[in-house]
Amino acid sequence: MQAKDIYEKLQKEFGEAIISFTQEDNVEDFVTVEPAKLRDICLFLRDEEDLDFDYLACLSGVDYKSKQSDDLGVVYHLYSVALKHRFVLKVVLNRENPKVPTVENVWKAANWHEREAYDMYGVIFEDHPNLIRILTPYDWEGYPLRKDYKEPDEYNGIKVPY
Amino acid sequence: MEQNFVYELLGQEWYGIAIVSILPLLFVLGYALIAILLELKVASWVQDRLGPMRTGWWGVLQPIAEVLKLLQKEDITPDAVNKPLFNLAPFIMFVAAYAAYAVLPFSSVFVPAGIDLGLFFIFAVGALAIIGIVMGGWASNNKYSILGAMRAASQMVSYEIPAAIVLLAIASLAGSLNMQEIIAQQGGGIHNWFIFGGEGSILGKALITPVMIVMFILYFVAALAETNRTPFDIPEGESEIVAGYHTEYSGMKFAMFFFAEYSNMFIVSALTAILFFGGWQSPFGDFLNQTWMHPVWMVSKAMFFVFVQIWLRWTLPRFRVDQLMDIGWKTMVPIAFIGFFAIALWAMVR
Amino acid sequence: MAERKTIEYDFGRVDTERMRLNVGPQHPSTHGVLRLEVELEGELVTDVIPHIGYLHRCMEKASEAMTYPQVIPFIDRMDYISSMNNEWPYVMGMEKMLDIEVSERIELIRIIMAELNRIGNHQIAIATFGLDAGAFTPFLFLFRDREMILDVFEAASGGRLLYNYMWIGGLQRDVPPTFKEDCLRIVKTVRETNDEVERLLLGNRIFIDRTANVGILPADVAINFAASGPVLRGSGVPFDLRRSEPYSLYDRFDFDIPVGRGEVGTVGDSFDRNIVRFREMEESCKIIEQAVAMLPDASEDVRALVPKRIKPPKGEIYCKAENPKGELGFYIISDGTANPTRVKARGTSFVNLALLPEISKGYLIADLILILGSIDIVLGEVDR
Repeated sequence: MQAKDIYEKLQKEFGEAIISFTQEDNVEDFVTVEPAKLRDICLFLRDEEDLDFDYLACLSGVDYKSKQSDDLGVVYHLYSVALKHRFVLKVVLNRENPKVPTVENVWKAANWHEREAYDMYGVIFEDHPNLIRILTPYDWEGYPLRKDYKEPDEYNGIKVPY
Repeated sequence: MEQNFVYELLGQEWYGIAIVSILPLLFVLGYALIAILLELKVASWVQDRLGPMRTGWWGVLQPIAEVLKLLQKEDITPDAVNKPLFNLAPFIMFVAAYAAYAVLPFSSVFVPAGIDLGLFFIFAVGALAIIGIVMGGWASNNKYSILGAMRAASQMVSYEIPAAIVLLAIASLAGSLNMQEIIAQQGGGIHNWFIFGGEGSILGKALITPVMIVMFILYFVAALAETNRTPFDIPEGESEIVAGYHTEYSGMKFAMFFFAEYSNMFIVSALTAILFFGGWQSPFGDFLNQTWMHPVWMVSKAMFFVFVQIWLRWTLPRFRVDQLMDIGWKTMVPIAFIGFFAIALWAMVR
Repeated sequence: MAERKTIEYDFGRVDTERMRLNVGPQHPSTHGVLRLEVELEGELVTDVIPHIGYLHRCMEKASEAMTYPQVIPFIDRMDYISSMNNEWPYVMGMEKMLDIEVSERIELIRIIMAELNRIGNHQIAIATFGLDAGAFTPFLFLFRDREMILDVFEAASGGRLLYNYMWIGGLQRDVPPTFKEDCLRIVKTVRETNDEVERLLLGNRIFIDRTANVGILPADVAINFAASGPVLRGSGVPFDLRRSEPYSLYDRFDFDIPVGRGEVGTVGDSFDRNIVRFREMEESCKIIEQAVAMLPDASEDVRALVPKRIKPPKGEIYCKAENPKGELGFYIISDGTANPTRVKARGTSFVNLALLPEISKGYLIADLILILGSIDIVLGEVDR
């Protein structure tokens, strides 16, 4: 199924919660959705028979900081093992209060990906069973992959910049 | 039967006793060096490589280098260990391994202490090693060590039972626990070895030989388990519990554990040779069966089984702890009992 | 076929205290600096908590300060066992962004390199898996043969571990003149050794008893965890990106996708994951043979299409390829400058390792090590 068809199907089901469908050069077609409704949309994508997105290929946190915007985002790359089609879902989040419901209970694979996005971008995944840092030390401060991140001078008495 | 040529020569005075007690030690030290070299070389040949080549001709001095290395290493006693027990454990291991040599007959005229309960004694001191292992594992105050020690204890206790039944079967066949007596009964050539049922009629031998071979395999497997060699090296399974009970040991204390393992390898191999392959008896009857040839036969038979142990180690993967118990209790013990009855029957009718 | 054995222990009457054991980061069989916090009841594993990040080298952060070609060496260092395969999805994604079509010969060389690398990776995976089971000898047999593959890589790229060989729009340099013969020689040796390894290790009764019915991963759980590669195929799902979304020239090749069939135990146990790797080596051999036959002799300028300055248009791409360990994806966002805005690596080992707590509860600690070995992780890719 093409992204356009999936978008129409989603719009029929969720209406307002589907914010936009984007078709651009050099960008895989994607759908932006309302963070609050994300979990229901994901369940729909997974369980609907002709969608059958049972495989969360990738979940990436993104920092969209530029002159125009100051947003964070999360990108979901979905894939269907049986039907062999793919789909990209995006949510855009506020930098001050980046909250999005977890999809860990939809795809278990999201567990570590979400921890990584939290670790690197500070995105709070609500209801995540174990939202702690994963790659950086547990007591690290700040979110390193944010564009406005300033590296600390010192970590537990160890000089950081080289 | 004369038991000891040293006493014959010198009399049972203190210097005679001293020489008798030191001779096996010299042997063990020499053997350990050879066994280490054998292990290195056999491993490398199995694995299609050369092994140590730079210390002496074909690396023959490598074991000496290894011993020197171990001697020079820092002897670490971690802070959190129970120090008296931690220091005592390697020595218990060593004493247990060495004490068994007291009753090992190297020749018709040399056994350090020719007691009538030889087999029983070997078994008793063999069990002493468990105390050393558990002591070392517990005193190390390390979770890996205690896991290894528990594994070792359960494994060695379990495998002593089939081994003991095999020993019992041989004792009933020979009618003696004295090892010189057991060996003496296997004289007269290869056909009289206990692996072929000892003396008896041809037909009877043909019937009992398969049983004896099974018993031999049982004993050898149990012996592997008791010396903690692959495929039964579960107590020190390096991929799971780092090094098991000797995780915290270093330097000379580690060398003691190492030494005890090699020395145990020789004891179980020598015992296999004594129980099934005629000990110091020549395979050709009276040919080459002079007194001075006895140690040569004894040591070469034992070394062959040491070689087999090394060979197995570099060929087989390791068992899991519950599979080990399964094999010990559910397979080996019943088979050993059946074999025991068959041999007892044979001992009566032959 | 062995019947399924479940390990049941009754601790009901014994008052036991659970023990927390720290496996790693310094441990002989965690395949790197992985730390597992294991809760034990006796030897029975009741809980596993992986702690990762000991090898975190900020690859994604550092990439943002690099130009696009400079990222490639970083990618080499992710899964340092299969660097050739790592480079490929990134390079492929960038070529798609820049609209470069490389010649067929370059594609064939890339395929051969990737498949050789796949053999090398599986050799290490099987070797270390055997080592975890206590079999030391197959380890050295397989490593001996891997040297030949590394020699070819060294002759082509100058590196034995980290190659930086695939460039955006081409290759670092052309293959040496003896390349074809070398590849065929490797294929021959690999087959011979595999025969040996099969008899020595994979057919060994002890090895089968150790691995069969251990760490069973059902297919639906595997998909839910987004497992990929031999881990997913071991569970019986014939999912291979070379087949399901053929990239490069893979649609021209004749090869099978081996899946776990539960020959000695249950589908999806450690043995299946391992045997899938073993059989994939044979499939890679087939691909290499076909590719060598197709490869034109005439040499060409492999850097002809490599752009002088790489400035992709504004946009983003998620490009993936079948790494030996599974699906390796790169999510690259470009803002039109010479530096990427975001390079997210979907590390295969990272995703597959997340399965470990799910499939290792209720087994013994010795099994835990084997299950970890059967997942085949490289910590460089887990921690990036």
